[in-house]
Amino acid sequence: MPFRSAVITFPGSNCDRDMAVALEQVSGTAPHRVWHGDSTLPAALDFIAVPGGFSYGDYLRSGAMAARSPIMQAVIEAAGKGVPVLGVCNGFQILTEAGLLPGALMRNAGIRFVCREVKLKVENTQSLFTAAYETGQVIRIPVAHHDGNYFADEATLDRLEGEGRVAFRYAESVNGSVRDIAGVLNAAGNVLGMMPHPERAIEPAHGSSDGRALFESAIKGLVGA
Amino acid sequence: MKVRVHVSLKNGVLDPQGRAIHHAIEGLGFDGVKDVRAGRLFELEVDEGVTDAQLDEMASKLLANMVIENYRIERV
Repeated sequence: MPFRSAVITFPGSNCDRDMAVALEQVSGTAPHRVWHGDSTLPAALDFIAVPGGFSYGDYLRSGAMAARSPIMQAVIEAAGKGVPVLGVCNGFQILTEAGLLPGALMRNAGIRFVCREVKLKVENTQSLFTAAYETGQVIRIPVAHHDGNYFADEATLDRLEGEGRVAFRYAESVNGSVRDIAGVLNAAGNVLGMMPHPERAIEPAHGSSDGRALFESAIKGLVGA
Repeated sequence: MKVRVHVSLKNGVLDPQGRAIHHAIEGLGFDGVKDVRAGRLFELEVDEGVTDAQLDEMASKLLANMVIENYRIERV
């Protein structure tokens, strides 16, 4: 069975092609490309990716406009039915704005845009997206964001930690995120949002191929390859 | 009629922009400013029939992110 995935493109998305290339390289099948104005997704999807960029010019708040676009209603519905959804960078911002993930991404504590490779600690290796990593493994993945400062109230943070929903933590100071959180899972474990870009680290020429295991985890977990 | 929706960060939420603006104010030589919190102001031109409940919904569903922000509605 070919792997059926979709990459959503909003006006202002700029990592949609990288995401599509990563999915095709790892799964062997090119993803469907879906436009923000579409109101339906292709049938029987195995995986949906919400890519990085500056959707709608970051108007109002990063991800706020995209979260209310027609296609996101279909993504929310699919996520509710258990379809795996990965949101990276602006995709993470969109998923929090859409209410699929708790918390919010605020302006970096240092005010500046941060664009560099960072070290991440893999906190949870039981999830669909992280099964190919080792617990506590430190990986190198690039970040490129202005609004990556994760915030949630203490009760929410305690719940996330208690339920093993912190997937990745920064292993260095990056953007002021509470408890150094870099990526979180939803309660059901089928939605992951993260600020770092695994799709930019899938082959040695990228300087790191540590992101590849994330796609391998998901694809193996889903098609049993 | 005109409606103003004031959106501000909740207490306890760190505001790096407000802090940078505070530094800039001090840099201009103004003393006595203890804190700065940055927010947003939306001005809506609405029909008389638009209810407070509808305005509340617009603010809480879109204009403010209730995880980090509060809002206040003012009919002008």
